[in-house]
Amino acid sequence: MEIVPLGDSGLIVRVRERFEDAPGETLDEVLRVFQLLQRAVIPGVIELAPAYTSVGVFFDPIAILKSNGAADGVFDELATRIRSAIIPASKLHRRRRATRGPRLIEIPVCYDPEFGIDLDRVAEHTKLSEREIVDLHSTSEYRVACIGFVPGFTFLAGLPRNLATPRRDVPRKEIPPGSVGIGGAQTGIYPLRSPGGWNLIGRTPLKLFDATKDPPTLVSPGDRVRFRAITREEFESLKQ
Amino acid sequence: MTAIVQRAGFLTSVQDLGRTGFRQFGVSTSGALDSFALRVANLLVGNDEGAAGLEITLGGLQLRFEHERIVAWCGGEFDVQIGSRALPPGHVAYLQAGDELKFGRAQIGCRCWLAISGGIDVPVILGSRSTDVRANFGGFEGRALRDGDQLSLREFRRSPTVTTAGISSWAGPHDWVSPAKQCPNLRFVRGVDWSRFDDVTIQQFTNHEFTVSSDSDRMGVRLDGPELKRQDETDLISEAVAPGTIQVPPSGKPILLLGDCQTIGGYQKIAHVITVDLGIAAQLRAGDRVCFSEVSLQDAHRLLMERERDLERFRIGLSLQRA
Repeated sequence: MEIVPLGDSGLIVRVRERFEDAPGETLDEVLRVFQLLQRAVIPGVIELAPAYTSVGVFFDPIAILKSNGAADGVFDELATRIRSAIIPASKLHRRRRATRGPRLIEIPVCYDPEFGIDLDRVAEHTKLSEREIVDLHSTSEYRVACIGFVPGFTFLAGLPRNLATPRRDVPRKEIPPGSVGIGGAQTGIYPLRSPGGWNLIGRTPLKLFDATKDPPTLVSPGDRVRFRAITREEFESLKQ
Repeated sequence: MTAIVQRAGFLTSVQDLGRTGFRQFGVSTSGALDSFALRVANLLVGNDEGAAGLEITLGGLQLRFEHERIVAWCGGEFDVQIGSRALPPGHVAYLQAGDELKFGRAQIGCRCWLAISGGIDVPVILGSRSTDVRANFGGFEGRALRDGDQLSLREFRRSPTVTTAGISSWAGPHDWVSPAKQCPNLRFVRGVDWSRFDDVTIQQFTNHEFTVSSDSDRMGVRLDGPELKRQDETDLISEAVAPGTIQVPPSGKPILLLGDCQTIGGYQKIAHVITVDLGIAAQLRAGDRVCFSEVSLQDAHRLLMERERDLERFRIGLSLQRA
């Protein structure tokens, strides 16, 4: 584990070096660190942001300086507190077994060509038929590796390797909310109208981000996700 | 209790000190790009530091007040008028019902922050009144102001020193109320990918001027200048970024992130502008030149602490004056 400064008011706890080698295990470990730091309530820490292999820690240097005095030690002081809050996994092993695993969330997706406007492009690249793409995509299980880019954008790990398709050379200026896409070895969902370069293969009628709710997102980092293929009619009836 | 937006200007939005606690859901900080300027303006009008005010980009805002209010603004060099009287930055003005407040174009700088006694009354969304202009929530109906909008204002406590006195002869400290500079030097601490750049590139970064590109916005300042070559082109795994982060995409043109920046990024991070200089960075507009110089993390914290102590003294001074 490595702790590096992110400017004067943040730092990054790098839990693992790589992600692709063991996505599930890496995510579990990152989320374990995230939860331990959340529970530790370290004075001066404002918020935490887990992503793939790391946890971003944002803090108020003034609050830490006021509690410890010397200007030399804000980063070192915080790094020490973070290290001591992160108990090695082995000591928690038995307790962890007792708790339930990550929750499973099912997301209905309509893969009609009307929404899956890049299915042909993915088919051309993967040498699979559009039917096979939809079957593969909707029968696999994914994990939420990270939420970011725009509020609620859901990056999912676990895309079958043979579905990986490079991003579009020229990103689209506007992508409709709910669009499900493939970008390289990842799949994900655009929660809001935004620009983007992923290949669009379908759309969900569910709202991925709602600022009036707390938490504002349908899924959280670490959640397990499955897509259920739905018809155009079902899409309309489920539309939020 | 309202103020009427007669002209909204180029880009005016409701902002407070920003949104915290929702980065894990991809929600940006938003907030006044120079949160210190908004804090000072709020203190000047007797508000809590974190009250919602207006961030005005490049000027053009015109407001008519339906009720009496105390106002003050901090930021770039704008010509601001109350009727025919000039309101310089950091001065406190008493406005009567019917008064009009008009922001001209900025001579130097890009943005300013207007505090109105009581603060602007918009709903608190995810813990903040700030507008997220990218995701369209918060602030005034989740968007920048438009001509004809009516801003609700909160109640305020009348202060004996400023009421009916017109425009104050005194002002807040110059560096605080008017932080815009020509060709500023922004101080930075090393970024996590500093060692991925060779000596020549580091020299280019620290010894050359950069020019602000026209596609800069509240998300980030895009810079033209010497190409910052990356030694390896490996894509990094996305991790947290923050306002102040200077990232280098494959084009070699650095981007200095501001308050509306995304929560994570995969580009190499060469440096981070220190918190006390973020207000100066918020004044950069297309065509401006800027340069960078390194400070230690300890100095960044020391400078921040000093400014905070000075603000504490200023706050006490103001409260004594009003007592």
